[in-house]
Amino acid sequence: MAYYQNIFTQVQVRAGAPDMGVDHDKIERTGTGFFVHLLGRFGNAQIGPIYLGNLGIASLLCGFIAFEIIGLNMWASVNWDPREFIRQLFWLALEPPPPKYGLHLMPPLREGGWWLIAGFFLTVSLLLWWLRMYRRARALGLGTHTPWAFAAAIWLYLVLGFIRPILMGHWSEAVPFGIFPHLDWTAAFSIRYGNLFYNPFHMLSIVFLYGSTLLFAMHAATILAVSRFGGEREIEQIVDRGTASERAALFWRWTMGFNATMESIHRWAWWFAVLCPLSGGIGILLTGTVVDNWYLWGVQHGIAPAYPHIFPPVVDPAAMGGVQ
Amino acid sequence: MRPDLTLPKYLAIGYLLVLVGVLSTVSVFIGLKWLPERVNVTQNGFRGTAMNQIVHPAAQRLLQANNLIPESSDPASPDGDKAVDVYENIQVLKDLSAEQFLRVMTSITEWVAPEEGCGYCHNLENLADDSLYTKKVARRMLEMTRHINLDWKAHVANTGVTCYTCHKGNPVPANIWFTSPDPQEKPGLMATNDGLGHPNAINASTSLQADPLTPLLLGKEPIRIAGKTALPAAPYGAPIQTTEQTYSLMMHMSSALGVNCTFCHNSRSFSDWSQSTPQRVTAWHGIQMARDLNALYLDPLKTTYPANRLGPIGDAPKLNCATCHQGANKPLLGVSMAKDYPELGGTPAP
Repeated sequence: MAYYQNIFTQVQVRAGAPDMGVDHDKIERTGTGFFVHLLGRFGNAQIGPIYLGNLGIASLLCGFIAFEIIGLNMWASVNWDPREFIRQLFWLALEPPPPKYGLHLMPPLREGGWWLIAGFFLTVSLLLWWLRMYRRARALGLGTHTPWAFAAAIWLYLVLGFIRPILMGHWSEAVPFGIFPHLDWTAAFSIRYGNLFYNPFHMLSIVFLYGSTLLFAMHAATILAVSRFGGEREIEQIVDRGTASERAALFWRWTMGFNATMESIHRWAWWFAVLCPLSGGIGILLTGTVVDNWYLWGVQHGIAPAYPHIFPPVVDPAAMGGVQ
Repeated sequence: MRPDLTLPKYLAIGYLLVLVGVLSTVSVFIGLKWLPERVNVTQNGFRGTAMNQIVHPAAQRLLQANNLIPESSDPASPDGDKAVDVYENIQVLKDLSAEQFLRVMTSITEWVAPEEGCGYCHNLENLADDSLYTKKVARRMLEMTRHINLDWKAHVANTGVTCYTCHKGNPVPANIWFTSPDPQEKPGLMATNDGLGHPNAINASTSLQADPLTPLLLGKEPIRIAGKTALPAAPYGAPIQTTEQTYSLMMHMSSALGVNCTFCHNSRSFSDWSQSTPQRVTAWHGIQMARDLNALYLDPLKTTYPANRLGPIGDAPKLNCATCHQGANKPLLGVSMAKDYPELGGTPAP
């Protein structure tokens, strides 16, 4: 099995004809499916047959409407100039309604109305796709671990664009659409609320984010490394430990002092990935609603150390009633 | 099956690697021009607070080349005949002697209109004539320069400014700005985004507000946005959009002065004065000064300028941090020209 001992995928498994699915799946699908060699270098070479269904079609349609509203408003913001549209594409924005409209459901289209409509369709699209994902998992007789993981990401999305703005009483608190606009929003959000660095749920979210990448690398490396001993049959080895499982376990006990099992490593990975947006969402939800300045909160709770002053004392000149 | 890599092939690759290694080592010692220069990093704050300033040698050289200082002319005696007694139609420099007055006129020509000469502002047939708009603007600019040197020591200290600080030999300073047309006035149904989402030189190529200067350096809208207390206090504090407006102004200040955020702030808590550097106080006075000068001196000149000097909404050219600083945290790299020009309100060297 030396073909596993390689950095890139070496094996393309193809039946004579595309796999048409298991007996559980009774749904009509379109086409007969085909193979693409290049895709086989990254994943499965088979594409199709396709099943979208009502949920899939409705979700894609809603997603397309949101995408068009966002894109056309961006294009309009450069006076429909195609060259400027491409040049400024990463900067272009569709901003939420300004603060004066509060939670008004029908602000003027040009002042956040389009943002609300695009947000509505994008949210419907995501929720429909979640439902489709859940039903596909059930149709194949699978557990629903994947839809619930997706739901964790949707939770963060809803907190940012829906739940928190409602608690704050202003749509203007929500995230704009756009590549750099949403990143600049993130930086401004942290500065407005006194540095998210001192938000404990932000800390947890980062732990789970970086932890996920670490676990992913450790697990993938372990399985590839013991594949010569049959380690790719990791699920069977949960209870029926073979030499691959035992060698992997010993390797980690030697290097780390402790090892996960073929079962628990997958639970570790799933919970780390899911807790990243779950805890992040809690952190966002508390910002502005419960805590207004995370740095000052951190000082109060002893998590923001004081450093020695090395500059001459600096005092707010506005507080000194100085020259205006 | 293993590919048959025979010894000579390995050797060839090995020799090649050794050769590359030797050549790169030699090139380090003989200092080849294409090797990247080291960036200079200065630690300002307490260790671990990342309050560093990063200066690239090439940028530093460029800054030095752009800040060559013209030699000061010989001082003029304040005694003797007063300018008002010798020349007609003197409205601002009334306190100067005729000798001092002539010195200012000579210097201003060299600083502002070296190629155009006296005729840029004066009717050469009758120097006292006020028919050229440039003369009226120059008169107001002299008043402004004196105002800065006398009343804004909190920002310019005793270094002071002269016409050259901003003009550097250009009749119109290189860094001026106009108010952007109000995005709300754009017709149609499509989103206006309140001016967000368009990179330019002012917002330092971010998607923040394209024109933070009109509300903050001409108007006096609030700049402070961070929460003042750990827990929320009624009423609802600064919106994100106001924060982005402040952020955009700070990006302008940062690029205009060629410094990082940490030149003034400890980034763990931007708003906290007790952890800021003394430069933040100077910068605060600079913001007040820019507001003062734009509102009292520059914006009212819109009725004096011809149409081709006005901005898209008919406003006068205004100043921002870059007008004087031009990429240096101290204009003209901190050299005081004004100390040689008491005529302009400069503080003479002790």
